[in-house]
Amino acid sequence: MSAPTETTWVPVIGLEVHCQLKTASKIFCGCANRFGAPPNTLTCPVCTGQPGALPVLNDTALDLALRAGLALDCELASVSRFDRKNYFYCDLPKGYQITQYEVPFASGGGIELANGKHIRLTRIHMEEDAGKAIHDRGTHTLVDLNRAGVPLIEIVTEADMQSAAEAFEFLGLLKERLRFAGVSDCDMEKGSLRCDVNVSVHLPDEPWRTKVEVKNLNSFRHVRTAIEHEIARQISAYESEDPSRQPVQETRLFDVDSGTTRPMRGKEDEGDYRYFPDPDLVPVSASRERLEEQRRLLPELPAQRRERYVSEWRVGAREAAILTADRPLADFFEATVRALAENEGGAQAAAKWLTNDVLRIVGEQGTGSLSDMPLTPGQLARVISLVEGGELQRKGAQCLLARLITEGGEVDSLVVELGLAAVTDDGQLRAWCLAALAGRESVAAQVRAGNEKAIGALMGPVMGSSGGRADPARVRALLLELIREDGP
Amino acid sequence: MDARTLREQILRGEATVLETVRSALADIDRRDGEVHAFLTVEKDYALERAAALDRELVELKAQGAVPPPLFGVPVAIKANLAWQGFETNCASRTLENWRAPYTATAVRRLVDAGAVPLGTTNMDEFAMGSSTENSCHGPTRNPRDLTRIPGGSSGGSAAAVAAGFVPLALGSDTGGSVRQPAALCGVAGFKPTYGRISRYGLVAFGSSLDQVSPIATNVGDLELALAILAGVDERDATCLREPAPRPQSVGLAGLRLGVLEMAPNSLEAGVEAAYNAAAAALEAAGAVLKPIALPHGDLAIPTYYVLATAEASSNLARYDGVRYGLRAKQYRDQAPAGGSLQEMFAATRRAAFGAEVKRRILLGTFVLSHGYQDAWYGRASRARRLLAQDYAAAFEQVDAIISPTSPCVAFPLGARTADPLSMYLADTLTVPASLAGLPAVSVPCHALAEERNGSGQDRQAELPVGLQFVGPAGEDARLLAMARAFEELAP
Ligand SMILES: [Zn+2]
Repeated sequence: MSAPTETTWVPVIGLEVHCQLKTASKIFCGCANRFGAPPNTLTCPVCTGQPGALPVLNDTALDLALRAGLALDCELASVSRFDRKNYFYCDLPKGYQITQYEVPFASGGGIELANGKHIRLTRIHMEEDAGKAIHDRGTHTLVDLNRAGVPLIEIVTEADMQSAAEAFEFLGLLKERLRFAGVSDCDMEKGSLRCDVNVSVHLPDEPWRTKVEVKNLNSFRHVRTAIEHEIARQISAYESEDPSRQPVQETRLFDVDSGTTRPMRGKEDEGDYRYFPDPDLVPVSASRERLEEQRRLLPELPAQRRERYVSEWRVGAREAAILTADRPLADFFEATVRALAENEGGAQAAAKWLTNDVLRIVGEQGTGSLSDMPLTPGQLARVISLVEGGELQRKGAQCLLARLITEGGEVDSLVVELGLAAVTDDGQLRAWCLAALAGRESVAAQVRAGNEKAIGALMGPVMGSSGGRADPARVRALLLELIREDGP
Repeated sequence: MDARTLREQILRGEATVLETVRSALADIDRRDGEVHAFLTVEKDYALERAAALDRELVELKAQGAVPPPLFGVPVAIKANLAWQGFETNCASRTLENWRAPYTATAVRRLVDAGAVPLGTTNMDEFAMGSSTENSCHGPTRNPRDLTRIPGGSSGGSAAAVAAGFVPLALGSDTGGSVRQPAALCGVAGFKPTYGRISRYGLVAFGSSLDQVSPIATNVGDLELALAILAGVDERDATCLREPAPRPQSVGLAGLRLGVLEMAPNSLEAGVEAAYNAAAAALEAAGAVLKPIALPHGDLAIPTYYVLATAEASSNLARYDGVRYGLRAKQYRDQAPAGGSLQEMFAATRRAAFGAEVKRRILLGTFVLSHGYQDAWYGRASRARRLLAQDYAAAFEQVDAIISPTSPCVAFPLGARTADPLSMYLADTLTVPASLAGLPAVSVPCHALAEERNGSGQDRQAELPVGLQFVGPAGEDARLLAMARAFEELAP
């Protein structure tokens, strides 16, 4: 296929995103909602589908779902309903999945991409996750029901995206919002975010061609690769005009190793699900008070925060982006700024210290994030104040932060314990400068000759002698003074 | 002897719980071979519990405390109520040897009230049937005439009470499964307002219709059972958020009773005679009788068989051989070469279910199928609403509606098994209240007719007939009070 014709085809992409809600317990029983426990240890009569057991909706799951709807600007139904989706599979304990088919709890809404394009959502509904079937253990299929009954929301978009890049960006923004809203971890590796894509292509001003669904996408990268591959496959098929290659409406699986898609074997997906209202559950009502409560709990979302950091607090755009990648980090930042309210330029200082030093030190620990470490916003603010007050030098502050992040402690006593207090005694500084000048006459001569930059060669030894506790500006001034005093 | 009298006897020290339970077990040993009311008899458990209750009674007496309301009373439990550690097989090969890993709320409440469950009772497989002939363990026989069916699906529980094995038994009523066997066995059976008693642990057949329902020798014991079984249960989302209603009393004088209009010749002669006698007795006691029609009443049976089977087809999907219960033999240890999961499900379900259950699963699957759903399931749901409106209109004019519980008396074993439709029609008079979620009670009324007609020669005429009272939603206690007032009219 030649490049010019390829560009005339317009891809049409829609997403179906399953997202596990971050509740303590499952959606219809009291079992823990937790990843990684030994198989079948988080189960009970309800989520294993024992005869006679009944589901009861977990209120927190509903609250988080509603909050997700608010975070995505959806319209929330005052009453929604659960239906049964009937099909047989070994990981589906009741022989049906409880889901919302006819009346989902949320519809409409959407997310705006950086290019200004609005990606619309069709609907969001609540449902229960299935268990996990493991097929690659010899002749047996093993089933783990720990995941059965974990609360999910399924977010269905309109086919508003036209490239893999747009889908990738959409997913990133979606994840960011849901994480900020405290609704889900959105961790694709742990399966708390899963995505199916619908891809078709068309020629300008022509109807859309056949829609193909691609499943088994376990990372954002796979989503992008699968969409790119599927678009190319469909265009090439249409251009070949080979009847045997024409895309058919089907579900394809993404193959991680080859980066391609292949038809799903069997017809397991094409069942008649015989949806009907689940008689075991009552209609779900989202009262005005309940919605208001969730609206109140919905934090300011990342885009708004970035905007505020840059325009109100004069934080750099790059730093603002880093700080809003994660809600705990953004919250940490804001708490630090609040603690620095007295300081002129406190927000900029906090942004710099967080994005440069703190995140670097946290990263060096290998595991965990800032919120797992003992450092508090109040401590960071204190460190910044000490630096700005000249009582602590940058080097010392870094050393102190490393200790606060790894082991914790009390700022002022650590400064003493670690001997980090800035040396402000001019007598001591002068002595270190004189020691550095001894034997470095040529440097002094260069400085005297007008090359002030040469002084750098003297700064190192002085700072070294002070153990990083000297104020470089003061050292520099003293050095200049001594060189000039000494001069001809 | 009823449950309350039995408890009194125990409290007065005229019999120990152990003696009471031993005598019930001996009676079952001696006579249940021919009745076959029980599927399992948990002798060891019952004796151990009886002995423990006797010890407890000494302590309670020492403390001056009042023993709970069913203290020491032997009871029977329909085999579709989960009872932890014991086989709860629903009369299905599917659940043969399945021991429930938890206890149903209703069973728990009986036990907490001091009752001694003796075992589980026979039923139509998964409660699907009206004669207890659809049991994989063979039918139950009517204690009043061993050649006849006891009704169903709670035939085992009704027979256990009618035979005098226990004064109180739990059944479940979906379209008449407690009222009809109670009527046919000559005992009292009560289906509460939908949601009155928690369904948690009741193995589902038609979830929007199923209600745990007690069977007893008289209405007073049903009132006691309601007080014990009803009340809020966090494990059932459809359970009413109200405490158990307190027993009431209602005088028959001035009571407005709707007499259900029925198609001519829709009742057997014996039923009609008993029913007319009952109506006359009520009128004589001062009740005001008023004919009441349910304009959509003739839709009830088709509506019921669409909705109940639709729900059943989904409710029974869990019996797939994966987690518990029967799995097709060839798949027990490992899959045969080339065998797929879908084939395992199919082979398992083919082997697991009886003919009636399969018929209803197929019916239910059909009425929910794409392209047919609105014509069947959708229309039936609308018809159900119309029927509920009919009742609501009727209850603006009357306090309760009376009719016979069943259009026929107990029929001979095997008489209707070849004709499912005639079997379905046995539920004509019980199904409408189920669809509308209303409380309904069946009380024996044949004694009145016998007295009037003085006929004793005709065997058919001696068979029990039940009078059904249907009341407005939520009026369970008032309805039972009416039924008790009627019961007191009979000799
Ligand atoms: Zn569970």
